[in-house]
Amino acid sequence: MNLRDIAFKNLLRRKAKALFVLAGLAIGVSTVVALISFVDAMTENINHKLEKYGANILIVPKTENLSLTYGGLSLGGVSFEMQEIREQDLTKIKSIKNAANVAGLGPMVFGVVNVDDHKVLLAGIDFKANWILKPWWKIDGTIPGEKGVVLGSETAAVLGLNQGSPVTIKGRQLIVSGVLKPTGSQDDQLIFMPLETAQTVLNKEGLVSMAEVAALCKDCPIEAMVKQISDVVPGAKVMAIQQVVKSRMEALAQFKKFSYGVSIVVVLVGSLVVLVTMMGSVRERTEEIGIFRAIGFRKSHVFGIVLLEAGFISAAAGIIGYIAGFAVTKGAIHFFSESGGASIHPNLELIGGSFVLAVLVGLMASVYPAYLASRMDPNQALNAI
Amino acid sequence: MSYIKAEGLSKQYGSGDATVLAIHNMDFTVEAGEFVSIMGESGAGKSTLLSIVGAMNPPSSGKFVVDGIDVYRLGSEKRTDFRREFIGFVFQSFHLVPYLTVVENVMLPLTTVKMSKKKKRVLAEEALDQVGLAGKEDRLPSQISGGEKERVAIARAVVNDPPVILADEPTGNLDSSTTREIMGLLQRLNREGTTILMVTHSQDCAAYAERILQVSDGRLIGKDES
Ligand SMILES: Nc1ncnc2c1ncn2[C@@H]1O[C@H](COP(=O)(O)OP(=O)(O)OP(=O)(O)O)[C@@H](O)[C@H]1O
Ligand SMILES: [Mg+2]
Repeated sequence: MNLRDIAFKNLLRRKAKALFVLAGLAIGVSTVVALISFVDAMTENINHKLEKYGANILIVPKTENLSLTYGGLSLGGVSFEMQEIREQDLTKIKSIKNAANVAGLGPMVFGVVNVDDHKVLLAGIDFKANWILKPWWKIDGTIPGEKGVVLGSETAAVLGLNQGSPVTIKGRQLIVSGVLKPTGSQDDQLIFMPLETAQTVLNKEGLVSMAEVAALCKDCPIEAMVKQISDVVPGAKVMAIQQVVKSRMEALAQFKKFSYGVSIVVVLVGSLVVLVTMMGSVRERTEEIGIFRAIGFRKSHVFGIVLLEAGFISAAAGIIGYIAGFAVTKGAIHFFSESGGASIHPNLELIGGSFVLAVLVGLMASVYPAYLASRMDPNQALNAI
Repeated sequence: MSYIKAEGLSKQYGSGDATVLAIHNMDFTVEAGEFVSIMGESGAGKSTLLSIVGAMNPPSSGKFVVDGIDVYRLGSEKRTDFRREFIGFVFQSFHLVPYLTVVENVMLPLTTVKMSKKKKRVLAEEALDQVGLAGKEDRLPSQISGGEKERVAIARAVVNDPPVILADEPTGNLDSSTTREIMGLLQRLNREGTTILMVTHSQDCAAYAERILQVSDGRLIGKDES
């Protein structure tokens, strides 16, 4: 028999009290686990959506003119007669403070060309970056090589061209390598070709008309990134595209704060439950502690017994609390998130964290009761019986 | 030099108007291997005296020495260790731990001692054997009689072989035949060399002792009756 046996046997005898402490801690831990994993799952979900959302920062040349297009309707011929940005300035974006958050950078060059009798807007783009910037793009056909172009769906219809059709632009013989499926955007009315080819065709070597940036953000400050980019690309206007996702991120951040608050309160209440119950249990055990002290248990031994008991319960509460919290989150996510976008998986850090949290809170709340127990005077304790 | 030596021992409880002088300027000695009984009217200070001897109750003044150790000059934890090594307690109301079995109760004084579980168990069973309780090791205190509880208490007091046993009215709750058995047990322990101090109200029990310390109103009177 050792101190551990005594602690364990006492717990078994006072099952109701032990269960009460266990419940107090487990509820606290499970609340924390549930809130944290819920927020995590939602954040992951939103980040995922954010990735699918594509570009969220635009870099355009500074211009004195006001835009003469509205909702895709052009009200004048000057909208593309503007200054350009030097392509090499864009490379500096790789060195901004939040460079790691830049998932994609897509320079574009625009120019008007004649195809047959039609004036068409030609866009030179970086097809690789486009997968990130415009993940919704679907091309019937292949990505064009040096001598290829991709047509917007309306362009293809208006010009009466298909995949494989030859097309002449500024005297160059080119081939339609693919047709973009309708996107519902202005892209449907453009002709696309690789950036370098377009720069040559339009006599705009080393220049770009605008650039799109996809910033991947967990907590990344879009506004700050806009500022950082403006600083390195002179003569450009950098704008954030406001998004629904962003406001959802903000709502989530609010919820996160709120859930930290709730967690703290619940854990505090849990530790109060532990404190009060352990105090009661220590008082009830006056006689027993008196016996222990009388027959030669040191103060530290008595202190140890109480903390061992608290430790046993807290460890169990940590495990049970994690499992309960996990289950609750799973249920909540099933309930709240339409189409099962979010999901949670057992998280080792969180398992370890809830274990440590439970044991830490359980022990800390038991330090005072254990101290009281260890200070009991054996003579008085036994006389009182 | 005597084994146990008290000099000018006083104990006062409370303060101001509520002061109780439970022990007043006591001097006495006990030799190793003696069997001493302590008698006196209720409230005379017998239990207080025993608790001082048991290193559980610091006197207000005076000196108390056991085996050359000035007990109350020891620090609190050291004094606890002294209790564990030198003193076995037998209480009137048994003071068994209700959720531990008979053998576990007997093992209690060994709990904090470095020793294998097996060895502890063997020692506890031997002690139970000595008090005639072999076979009831795994019962709970609630499942044995009063006399048997007293024997468990004695077994617990002797399990770590302390040189001194202190008993406060060990037979107060028992009938006369059980009382005789318990007294016989204590007498046997005494003959095997254990020093015993026992508080009792019963002349019959006191008769087992070699000497009686008579306490009245916190003082020793008529020293060295035999
Ligand atoms: N912890 C205490 N606080 C205050 N007074 C106490 C305390 N313990 C004992 N006393 C008082 O000290 C005196 C001696 O008490 P003690 O218990 O030593 O008497 P006793 O001789 O053992 O009596 P009994 O035969 O009834 O057990 C009594 O007046 C008692 O009220
Ligand atoms: Mg008494």
